[in-house]
Amino acid sequence: MSVMTVPPSRRASARRDRAGYLFVAPFLIMFVAMLVAPLAYAGYLSLFREQLIGGVRFAGLDNYIQALSDERLLDGVLRVSRFFLVQVPIMLVLALLFALALDSGAMLLSRVIRLGIFVPYAVPGVIAALMWSYLYGPQFGPITQLAEALGLPAPNLLSSDLMLGSVANIVTWEFTGYNMIILYAALRAIPTELYEAAAVDGAGAWRIAWSVKIPALRPALLMALIFSVIGSFQLFNEPALLQRLAPNVIDSAYTPNLYTYSLAFVSQDINYAAAVSFLLGLVIVVVSYTVQLAVARRRR
Amino acid sequence: MTLPRMRWLAVGAAAALFLAGCAGGTTGGTTGGTTGGTGGEGKPAAISQADIHKAMKTPTELTFWTWLPDIDKEVALFEKKYPAISVKVINAGNSQAEYTKLRTALKAGSGAPDVVQIEYQHIPGFAITGSLLDLRPYGAEALKDRFVDWAWGQVSGRNGEVWAIPQDTGPMGMLYRKDIFDKHGIEPPKTWDEFAAAARKLHAADPGVYLTNFPTNHNSIWTGLMWQAGVKPFQMKGADQISVDVAGETSKKLASYWSGLVKEGVVSTDADFSDQWFQALNKGRYATWLTAAWGPLFLSTSAKETRGKWRVAPLPQWTAGEQKSGNWGGSTSAVVKTTKNPIAAAKFAEFLNSDPESARMLTTLQFLYPPTKALLSDPAFVEQKSDFYGGQQVNKVFADISGTVPTDFAWLPFMDQINNDWNETVGKSLADKTDPAAGLDQWQQTITTYAEKQGFKVAR
Repeated sequence: MSVMTVPPSRRASARRDRAGYLFVAPFLIMFVAMLVAPLAYAGYLSLFREQLIGGVRFAGLDNYIQALSDERLLDGVLRVSRFFLVQVPIMLVLALLFALALDSGAMLLSRVIRLGIFVPYAVPGVIAALMWSYLYGPQFGPITQLAEALGLPAPNLLSSDLMLGSVANIVTWEFTGYNMIILYAALRAIPTELYEAAAVDGAGAWRIAWSVKIPALRPALLMALIFSVIGSFQLFNEPALLQRLAPNVIDSAYTPNLYTYSLAFVSQDINYAAAVSFLLGLVIVVVSYTVQLAVARRRR
Repeated sequence: MTLPRMRWLAVGAAAALFLAGCAGGTTGGTTGGTTGGTGGEGKPAAISQADIHKAMKTPTELTFWTWLPDIDKEVALFEKKYPAISVKVINAGNSQAEYTKLRTALKAGSGAPDVVQIEYQHIPGFAITGSLLDLRPYGAEALKDRFVDWAWGQVSGRNGEVWAIPQDTGPMGMLYRKDIFDKHGIEPPKTWDEFAAAARKLHAADPGVYLTNFPTNHNSIWTGLMWQAGVKPFQMKGADQISVDVAGETSKKLASYWSGLVKEGVVSTDADFSDQWFQALNKGRYATWLTAAWGPLFLSTSAKETRGKWRVAPLPQWTAGEQKSGNWGGSTSAVVKTTKNPIAAAKFAEFLNSDPESARMLTTLQFLYPPTKALLSDPAFVEQKSDFYGGQQVNKVFADISGTVPTDFAWLPFMDQINNDWNETVGKSLADKTDPAAGLDQWQQTITTYAEKQGFKVAR
């Protein structure tokens, strides 16, 4: 078929296609340069081993085999799994309650409150670290001072028993507002006809929240949940910040991401770090997919 | 939960890996070249005076990575003396941050500076990867006598290479609260036995006060005290042979001493340089701070409320009448092997740290503690009086201490790992009040395992 026989409309659509590609090109370029290429390179690196004496050699899947039986890595994965199971429900329920309360319009100063809940998300990690290290301080921190003033034994929030809870508290503080905004935005998008219909049927505010709003929020909640899965398994900033205060509680393998960082930049073992990252990525994919499947099934 | 921020981090790390990857091919070549050049046993040929003269007249731009503030002032002195050469100063972040960038740039094969600030303990790590230039051919050996022996020892390689020029040091001493000591009738302890007795007495008299805080978040003080006690924990025996001895008799004595005080509860184990620690110093919770020569100035700016109450003394000794100390910290200027202007770079590293005017400026502008014999015996430096320390000649005390640091202490090429492992073994046993000897054995074990995995033959 020669070019001449192509109907004009098809040529126009081809031109439109090309224009489309042009529009997504900036994204594609960044996507390939910043995500695909590094991923491929990390995958390549994970197949090698480099020693200070002896240089680089091909290791095949040795790094992966080592990682699968690495107790430190396994402990970290179990730790963040526990963290996920406890912290995420608390955070998402809080975010949902705030979003519903703001959306109900019954709250005074709703703008100020909305901003107030969101602000922790905007606080830079270093500032947050300074603040929380002050608050958690076992000698001079306000929590300790308060406990002492009340004659109670002061909890050591940086001890190995309470550390995971202390980390969970910071994460909840930081990200409840972020999730609230996602849910709140979804609430604003629900057509008011639904509320009117529910009201006609005699539903009160609570009934509307339970039977109309929350079901309509399901996609947004699922998204927040998936983000939280990824976030939990990639937990890094908060434990890294508290590590300075309690280095003997938060060791270099406290979370899988801390471990990866330590492998790459302390042990100079970039190859093994790459293998561990890939395995961690795999875990996240599996857990995210399982969560998504579970939620989708319930919807049916 | 740190999804958006984490994603940035992941991208950053991935980009670093990516950059590192681009140069995967060239790394092998560079390293190979190095082994042929200086890695061998022979000494490279000296550069002639004529060549040096010519290079210093040729228009050149050098890049210098450092984390010192206002170092431009010293750099200007160099540029004034050698107008053809200009030096671009880049603050690449503090120690670890800078090293990570440097390693990435070296792997990438471009973007590395000509001259770089490196702490003593990290020199072997960069030297073994062939990243540093041996400065002997540029006349660095002639500078040996200008520096204190133990500082020069740390920049010297196994075959006599000069890997860097010393910039500052941290001989260790003891800062103490005279007011607290006086109140409880305690004399500054001269031996560790007296120190232990004072710790018990002080804490019994005032349970809110500890004689000192022994941090378990890094091993700098520990290493300094090993140094003082004469332990030689790390040695390079050959190109791929090392000895690790961190759990010997003396180390165990050190461990049982400190863990004893910690278990008795008369010494605290707070993380140092944390908010809590700064407050504790300001509020008189610690009666001494075992620290390095850079400590006095640091304290005077971070515990302003305690002005005039502190004094300085040497470290307590294991044997009465002896005088020994260890070192904590200090940096050097090293020339990166990939430099295109080795002569100018070598001369810059040399000038910055040994030119009398520049070296003096380092002590007055950046408040570094000098490694040059000239400054350590210069009345204008050592006789300065400090109000914060009740008019004491603080520099003088440390200049005397500097002369008592054992000279044969060395580092291994993977100190990051060794330091990190300390937190998780010895540091942890101190903090958890468990058996310190077991912690030491564990430390020995983790270092050995890592070293063997890296291809070293390890002896005890």
